[in-house]
Amino acid sequence: MRFEFFDVTADTGYWSFGSSLEESFENAALAMFEVMTNTSQIRKLEKREIEVISEDKISLLYDFLEELLFIHEVEYLVFSDFEVEIQKLKEKYKLNGVAEGEKINPEVHEIRGEVKAVTFHKMEIRKEDGYKVRVILDI
Amino acid sequence: MSMEEVLNKVRDCVWELPSNYKKSMRVPGRIFLDDEALKDLEKGAVDQVANVASLPGIQKFSIGLPDIHFGYGFSIGGVGAFSARNGIISPGGVGFDINCGVRMVRTNLSEEEVRPKIKEIIDTLFRNVPSGVGSKGKIRLKKGQIDEVLTNGAEWAVENDYGWEEDLEYLEENGKMKEANSDKVSEKAKKRGVPQLGTLGSGNHFLEVQKIEKIFEPEVAEKFAVEKGKIAILIHTGSRGCGHQVCSDYLRIMDKAYKRHKINIPDRQLACAPVDSDEAQDYFQAMSAAANYAWANRQMILHWVRESFEQIFQKSAEDMGMSVVYDVAHNMAKKEVHEIKGRSKELYVHRKGATRSFGPGRKEIPSPYRKIGQPVLIPGTMGTSSYLLHGTQTAMDETFGSTAHGAGRKMSRAGAKRKYRGEEIQKYLQKKGIIIKATSMPVVAEEAPGAYKNVDEVIQTVEKSGISKLVAQMVPLGVAKG
Repeated sequence: MRFEFFDVTADTGYWSFGSSLEESFENAALAMFEVMTNTSQIRKLEKREIEVISEDKISLLYDFLEELLFIHEVEYLVFSDFEVEIQKLKEKYKLNGVAEGEKINPEVHEIRGEVKAVTFHKMEIRKEDGYKVRVILDI
Repeated sequence: MSMEEVLNKVRDCVWELPSNYKKSMRVPGRIFLDDEALKDLEKGAVDQVANVASLPGIQKFSIGLPDIHFGYGFSIGGVGAFSARNGIISPGGVGFDINCGVRMVRTNLSEEEVRPKIKEIIDTLFRNVPSGVGSKGKIRLKKGQIDEVLTNGAEWAVENDYGWEEDLEYLEENGKMKEANSDKVSEKAKKRGVPQLGTLGSGNHFLEVQKIEKIFEPEVAEKFAVEKGKIAILIHTGSRGCGHQVCSDYLRIMDKAYKRHKINIPDRQLACAPVDSDEAQDYFQAMSAAANYAWANRQMILHWVRESFEQIFQKSAEDMGMSVVYDVAHNMAKKEVHEIKGRSKELYVHRKGATRSFGPGRKEIPSPYRKIGQPVLIPGTMGTSSYLLHGTQTAMDETFGSTAHGAGRKMSRAGAKRKYRGEEIQKYLQKKGIIIKATSMPVVAEEAPGAYKNVDEVIQTVEKSGISKLVAQMVPLGVAKG
C-alpha cells in the first residue's frame, strides 16, 4: 500500500508509506494528485524538476507538496510519477525531485476535487516499518 | 466530559464558556447553539474557542456561532476581535479561502418563466463560468494587471466592463479593501491568481438559481426588493489559489513571528503577530488584496450570469431586473469600530466561516438598507434552502456584528463518498425538481445534503438568539458546481 486516506470532517487526510523517507514523500505527492484525479490515467508526457530547501523535515514535506500544487495550478499539470532525493545540509534539508505527468484533460482524466492548500495540521513523519507521513489537505 | 456540564446557559440558544475552563483564557467564550445542537458540539471546537480567548488583546468574548465546527487553530464559525492598540492579527483566524463569500442577484422573472428552461440555464451557466479542477479562466490578464485587480477589486472588474457601476454600492466595502497592498502579495500568489480569475472553483462553491419561497418580514423584503415567487441567483466563491497562497505564505511568516515577539499561544496554528508589527500589517495588507481578488472574481462571474440569462431569455439583464441584493464575505479580518463598555474602540475583527451582520445605522451599510441593518446571506448546501436575513443590534452587542455562514459539515468528505454516489444524489435531487450539473461526480457525493448539518436548524438558532433576523427563504431550482 502506498497511501491510505482517513476521515477529517471538512477536509481530506492521508498517511503515505515508504521504505525510505524519500519514498514516503513520493507517495504523499501521489496521494495528493489522487484527490484531484485518478492518477492511473496520467501519462508521463511532461517532466518538471523541483528543488526546495527547508528548516526541518516536516517543512520540507510541506514545501514539496505546496510546490507541486503551485505547478499544478499554474501549468494545469497533474503528476503520477515522482523521484525524490533528500539531503541534509548544515541546518537545513534540501529536496531535489522530478515529477512526471501531463496536462489535465477532462476527456482523459476523471475530475475529482480541487485542493486549496497543504496544511501543517497534524503533519507528521514517523519512522515505523520504514517511514510513514501524515498530511491533511484543505479542500 | 459533556459540554453541557462545562457551559453555562445565558439565555435560550446562548451559552457561556467560563474563563476558568482553561488557565490561559483572558475572556470567556460565547457559543450560540440550541439545546439539541449542543449535544453534538465537538470538544475540539470548544477547546479552540478557549484557545482564541487566550490570545493577547482579545475583547469581550471568543465567539462560536451556530454552525461552529473544528478548524485549524481557530474554529470555523468563529469570531475573535482584537484591540487595534495591543491585540494581534492571525491568518489562522481568517482561513485559506480569504473572502470566500456569497452574492445574491435578484430578477423579475417568475418560476413559470424559468422552470421550463432550467436545464438550458444551468448548462449555459456551466459553460460560461469555468469551474472545477484544472479549469482555465476565460481571460488572460496582461502583465501588471493582477496588481490592479489586487488593488481595486470589484472596481477593476466594473472598469473593465464586467457589470454595472451601481453593483459596487451593494458589496461589503464596495468590493474594495482600501488597505490592500499588492506589494505584500508574493509572486507565487500572483501567478496562481492570474489563470484562475473568473473561475468558480470546486468543493462547496456553486452557482444556484433559486425561487424566493417564503417572505418572513414583508416590509424588509420590500426594502431589499425581493418578492415571493421571483427568481434569484446565488454566487458562492472566493479568492481561489491567490488567496490560498497568501494564507500559506503568511502562516509560515507568523510561525516565526510569534516566537520572535514572544507571544504565548496554546496551539501553533494560532500563530499571530502584534497588530503594530510589520508581519501583522503586511499580512493584513496582503489579505486585503486577496479579498479584492475575490470581489473581482464574483463580479466577473455576475457578469457572465447576466450574459447567460440574456442569451436564454433574449432580454437585457436590465429588463430582467438583475441587480445585486448584496455580497457578503465570510473569511475575513476587518478593522472596525465597536462599542466596548460604552466606549468606541477600534478592533481587528476576525471572522472565519462567519458573516458580518451589522445592525441598523452602521455607516458601512448601503443607504437604502441602513435603517434596517445589512442584508445577511446564509447559503444552504446543494439541494437545500438558502436564507436572506438582516443584521441586528443584538449582533452588534454580542457578536461584534457577526452571524453564521452556512450549514457546517457533519460528515467527512471520505465518509460522504462511502455513503453516497454522485449520480444517485443527482437523481434524488432531480426528483425533487432540482437540476445539478457538476464537473465532478465525486464532489457531488462529498457535498451531499446529508453530509451537512441541517441549515434550517442553524437558521432557527440564529433567529432565536437574535444575531440576525429572517427576511426570506429561497429554494433551489438548479445548481452548477465545480
